[in-house]
Amino acid sequence: MMLQVQQVSVDFDAFRAVNDVSLSVAAGELLGIAGTNGAGKSTLFAAVAGQQATCAGRILFHGSDVTRQPVFARARLGLARTFQTPREFARLTVLENLLAAAPNRRHESLLASWLGRPGWQRHEQELTAQADEILAFVRLTSVRDQLAGGLSGGQKKLLELARVLMLKPSLIMLDEPFAGVNPVLIGAIVEVLRDLHGRGIALVVVEHHLQALKSLVQRLVVMDQGRVLADGDPHQVLADRRVQAAYMGGVV
Amino acid sequence: MDAYLLAVATVVLIYVLLAIGLNLQYGETGLINFGHVAFFALGAYTSALLALRGWPLPLSFLAAAAVAALAAVPLGLAALRLSEDYLAIVTLGFSETVRLLIQQEEWLTRGVQGLPGIPGLYTGLSGSARAWAIFLTLLALTAAAALAVSLLQRSPFGRMLRAIRDNEAAVLALGKDPAGFKIRVFMVGAALAGLAGAFYAHFITFITPEQFIPLVTFYVWMSIILGGIGSLRGALVGTALLVFFLEGSRFLRDLLPGIAEVQMANVRLALIGLALVLFVLYRPQGMFGKRLP
Repeated sequence: MMLQVQQVSVDFDAFRAVNDVSLSVAAGELLGIAGTNGAGKSTLFAAVAGQQATCAGRILFHGSDVTRQPVFARARLGLARTFQTPREFARLTVLENLLAAAPNRRHESLLASWLGRPGWQRHEQELTAQADEILAFVRLTSVRDQLAGGLSGGQKKLLELARVLMLKPSLIMLDEPFAGVNPVLIGAIVEVLRDLHGRGIALVVVEHHLQALKSLVQRLVVMDQGRVLADGDPHQVLADRRVQAAYMGGVV
Repeated sequence: MDAYLLAVATVVLIYVLLAIGLNLQYGETGLINFGHVAFFALGAYTSALLALRGWPLPLSFLAAAAVAALAAVPLGLAALRLSEDYLAIVTLGFSETVRLLIQQEEWLTRGVQGLPGIPGLYTGLSGSARAWAIFLTLLALTAAAALAVSLLQRSPFGRMLRAIRDNEAAVLALGKDPAGFKIRVFMVGAALAGLAGAFYAHFITFITPEQFIPLVTFYVWMSIILGGIGSLRGALVGTALLVFFLEGSRFLRDLLPGIAEVQMANVRLALIGLALVLFVLYRPQGMFGKRLP
């Protein structure tokens, strides 16, 4: 198993937002996590990404314990994430957003900016080629040199995805990738996610729109009141009476 | 008049050095530093005290930059834990602490009496030749600093600074730790301020703690706001504009009869305030800044 969440709990003072949750994600899997508002899915997401401290349980990624690792250390291991509200570098161009995301410790040093110019300039060309390929893949080539702050909501979501692809991650967690995106771009995002899945990258999509998830994912986890309510084939999960009750019979 | 203009131009360049450092910290990285004057003071006192003990000036200048840069490390560490507004308060407190320390440690700094007789620059020359030598040396120093910072801005390091400014959480999520970047930026800006301080001390040859009040920091802030945040040209033009207001309003006295000398200082500040308000209203990006999307 690539990602293992073992009996993880998260408390906010007296309130237990995530309650003894265990789940695992296999390499290359496409998993959806759904739940109504307050079900604990976003908190679980934050705990796995490293933004939220856990009060019990362990999180393993590729077999190593990352429970106490900071966000950036997890990202370096290949555990990437996108944000529900896009966090683009607004005053950088789209291309620069990607270049800034590339792992580049050697050339991003202060001394290299004065003394290592030929070195980093050569490396920038390689990175630019890589970034252009990714931009074509997410269909953002036409806005390559525009400032990221001027993109539409859906384009920003695609940019977030493009940016984490520069990390060559083995798992990408997406936080509500369809929220606030117009229907045309939802289709584009779905296609890109399918392609990424086809390339063998594991995806975890957190979404509260069950309909958008149902057609996309192979496996669906539904959370309610901080617990995993159901976990399995999307159609079986959606047929589950407890899941239907949790959703008040509304969406399903 | 010639000597006066050269002296004013020299002061402008000292402020430009300060502005280049602050621009790197705020304009590029988004770090609100309200304590810039502390590093100016540390540079001035370090170089002055060493030169009074017989150090050659090039060495005392280097020591001034080094001491200022090292003093920035604790502030850089504080910056890692604080959001913008809290960092502003902490840096302001830091600069006042430095000033009070200089004032209290009389055994070293002679306290409020100040340090007189600091070795001057180019004492072998005299008259306008000396004023020009001082000015041109500072010009070369400032140009070198501007070049170093502009190289930095165009490198991957500089791009990371702008990424941190735009969205720090995203930088973390991309597997990069902003901490090292922030500390380095604090150190580079402080080193430039330390250098400016050393030059100031040997130019004025007499320094006291009250020359290093927070107003100096805010003058530098005003000049980067007037010139355009994040722009090197803006740092130069904004500073020139500020000093023009400060010095130029001296001559307003002929135009404004009935205003006493003491009131003139207030008129001057009011004029700068008016200019700032007008800029914020009609040209928020400053003279050379870029408009945000």
